[in-house]
Amino acid sequence: MVNPLEYIGRNSLNLFQLVGELIQLFIHTLYWCKQALRNLDKIFYFMVRMGVNTLPIASFTSLFVGMVMVLQTGYTLEKFGMAESLGAIVPIAMARELGPVLTALLLAGRIGAAITAEIGTMTVSEEVDALKTLGINPIGYLAMPRFLACLFMLPVLVVYADVVGILGGAVVTTAYFQIPVTIYFDRMAESLEVIDIIKGLVKAAVFGVTIAIVGCRYGLKTSGGAAGVGEATTRSVVCSFVSIYILNYFITRLWM
Amino acid sequence: MLICLDIHIKLFHYTVMDVNEVEIDIQKLNKSFNSLHVLKDVDIEIRRAETTVIIGGSGTGKSVLLKHIMGLLQPDSGRIIIRGVDVTTINSHEAEKLRNRFAMVFQSSALLHSLTVAENVGLGLKEQHRLPKKQINEIAMEKLKLVKMEQKYNSMPEELSGGMKKRVAIARALAMDPEVVLYDEPTSGLDPIMAGNIDELILELKEKFKMTSVVVTHDMESAFYIGDHICMLYQGRIIEEGDPESFKQSENKIVKQFITRHGGAGI
Ligand SMILES: Nc1ncnc2c1ncn2[C@@H]1O[C@H](COP(=O)(O)OP(=O)(O)OP(=O)(O)O)[C@@H](O)[C@H]1O
Ligand SMILES: [Mg+2]
Repeated sequence: MVNPLEYIGRNSLNLFQLVGELIQLFIHTLYWCKQALRNLDKIFYFMVRMGVNTLPIASFTSLFVGMVMVLQTGYTLEKFGMAESLGAIVPIAMARELGPVLTALLLAGRIGAAITAEIGTMTVSEEVDALKTLGINPIGYLAMPRFLACLFMLPVLVVYADVVGILGGAVVTTAYFQIPVTIYFDRMAESLEVIDIIKGLVKAAVFGVTIAIVGCRYGLKTSGGAAGVGEATTRSVVCSFVSIYILNYFITRLWM
Repeated sequence: MLICLDIHIKLFHYTVMDVNEVEIDIQKLNKSFNSLHVLKDVDIEIRRAETTVIIGGSGTGKSVLLKHIMGLLQPDSGRIIIRGVDVTTINSHEAEKLRNRFAMVFQSSALLHSLTVAENVGLGLKEQHRLPKKQINEIAMEKLKLVKMEQKYNSMPEELSGGMKKRVAIARALAMDPEVVLYDEPTSGLDPIMAGNIDELILELKEKFKMTSVVVTHDMESAFYIGDHICMLYQGRIIEEGDPESFKQSENKIVKQFITRHGGAGI
């Protein structure tokens, strides 16, 4: 029988340690960004790979989220004769909240997991140790390019997801509620402000950093062979998800 | 031109530093993994421009010992003195500087699976950003020739056999122009002829460049051939050490059995 107090105590200690390690890795990675210019080819390679891997699923997701949001809110708004304001609701929700969060969750599943699996495999097969013996810092060599790729690529993907979601909303608005597309976009132009989009992109960048750092942390700490890599990958994705939810709440709170 | 300069620096270096001085001095090294006490009060002196051979049964801590010398593992207690400086007491940056002319050949070879053979060999030089690409390639090819792997320069590690990977790993270690090389079973997985070639290579590097080598091996023939000093690790302790001749005369039952494969005490 585990003493519940002891259980809670140990787990919160582990949590503090994890947060500490993540912050430390973040700082070290920032330091190694001094070598970014020399590694543009690698950063670019990771960005392209991220884009290619996530574009299809990200478009699909935001298209359907945009469409279903119109269905859900549209009927209620129609009752009050306000269906025209769909153009004010969907784009704002997309830009501020759904675009960044959904894309980040998708990326955590696809890219974050891949980062942990790749670096974790290198760790258990002693490749990371070999890098050290060659005078190469694993954080500079492995974490930094992935970090910068995530930082820059996530906002790009979010812009794309926003656009697709808004278009999806527009299609359903005209198809089901017989509201001309021009009205939808007029409402959007009236209500959606540049600052909304920028806030969404800042969120996206923060999430990108989170995904990369969490992915690298679990990869570099992997032990226990192939099974260990699987375990680390799962943990990394869960940690990214939780971090994204928590950070999203606090960033939103900050801007209220 | 640059090669001349390099040799020049080397000569200068070794006229300044005496041969046969203690390069690495390990004192009372202890290491445990959880409840498993792997290294127990290990003492070893590794002399400059000599080949120190470490032998011992599987799982006795030979690889763990090499990783301590390389700084990949931190000891629980004890001292690791490199060129007179105790690296366990200084910060990691300083320790790294002391080890910057150390190279290691891993037991698992540890080639980067995403790079070709030549890229693996040139990786350390490339990331230093000192030499032009062309020259790095030349050095990589030169080192690959030493281990007779030049024809596979464009292969990926997964296309190589275990012994081939080992040879590439040796080339990669030598590409950094090291002064001290730690070999973790360099000839395991190699046929006798190739193993002999690697032995000759280690000897030649010692004679030509005054290179210091630490070789972990199970191959007793090779141990006696290349070793200036042989240490035997048994259950985490050094139970016998000396030059090859005295080692052959050892009265220790375990050592005897290890050398002859037969003879009494079970390991
Ligand atoms: N990172 C680690 N974590 C936990 N235990 C370890 C670790 N590395 C090594 N060990 C344990 O330390 C002991 C010594 O391992 P080591 O790899 O040094 O053996 P070895 O002498 O090199 O054997 P071999 O000749 O088979 O390579 C083993 O029992 C091993 O299980
Ligand atoms: Mg070993």
